Amino acid sequence: MNRQMITPPKKLKFGVVVFPGSNCDRDTMHVASLLTGASVRSVWHKETSLGDVEAVILPGGFSYGDYLRCGAIARFSPVMKAVAEFASKGGTVIGICNGFQILVESHLLPGALLPNVSRKFICKNIRVRVDRADIRPTKAMAPGTVLKLPIAHHDGNYFADEVTIKRLEKNRQVVMRYCDENGKVTPEANPNGSLGNIAGICNEHGNVFGLMPHPERCAEPILGNTDGLKIFESLLI
Amino acid sequence: MKAKVTVTLRSGILDTQGKAVEHALHSLGFTGVHGVRIGKHIEIEMDAETGEAAKAALDEMCKKLLANPVMENYEVRLDEKGK
Repeated sequence: MNRQMITPPKKLKFGVVVFPGSNCDRDTMHVASLLTGASVRSVWHKETSLGDVEAVILPGGFSYGDYLRCGAIARFSPVMKAVAEFASKGGTVIGICNGFQILVESHLLPGALLPNVSRKFICKNIRVRVDRADIRPTKAMAPGTVLKLPIAHHDGNYFADEVTIKRLEKNRQVVMRYCDENGKVTPEANPNGSLGNIAGICNEHGNVFGLMPHPERCAEPILGNTDGLKIFESLLI
Repeated sequence: MKAKVTVTLRSGILDTQGKAVEHALHSLGFTGVHGVRIGKHIEIEMDAETGEAAKAALDEMCKKLLANPVMENYEVRLDEKGK
């Protein structure tokens, strides 16, 4: 794609963490590298420092073969200490799909991701409504923006106890909800059984963001959909 | 010592696997079957000075890794003679 098409106002160093079994790391790095001014490096899970990285992405995939629970073992990779420290200092951390599962297992985000209610691996385009557009990964969008993004997961059914859900809603930590084409949040538009149609949440400070859909898979015109690019572009504002 | 850890989904959480198995049992003719829940069974061989030390360690293992308290309960059984 024409790299001149995207002209972000500032530079950003991305770090994409690679766990054994990650399989969306290259796609994520590719999209980050398309952003003018952005640089990206892969961070092997055994690294203990993130160096001068300014935004960390935990990519999708099947870290450690999803053994025990999705993300349960990746959580103890050496790099996760550095990620937690980075997050505690306000650094931007994004977890996509398996990355989201790793963030909840790490307690960097609340709740858990249960198997889809349909008991099936779901791989298709869905719509999400952006309910929170003032955090770093969404601020290039208006609140209520509807994005078409692909999902590809078996365990994306967001669950948390009642108290936690109430807290999430009160603090506006629900960033995205599954919706229909018109942005209406309905049970029919919920692909996996997630409570409150939750597709993505952030922590209280808004600097740690996890989402089940894959923005890196729809960020180039040649793929027929560039909605995912809006998340990457938001980071550069 | 040998330990057996059982991890189960917390009650109230829909167990989709359990439901599927329940349906399969119904179609096999076991019509009186209900409430099928599926968990994990983990066997661990370990060195520990005392049963109490082993139990404390197992409890920590469960909390840190073997179970996710957001969605799961766990139960530990310890055989100090190792049988």
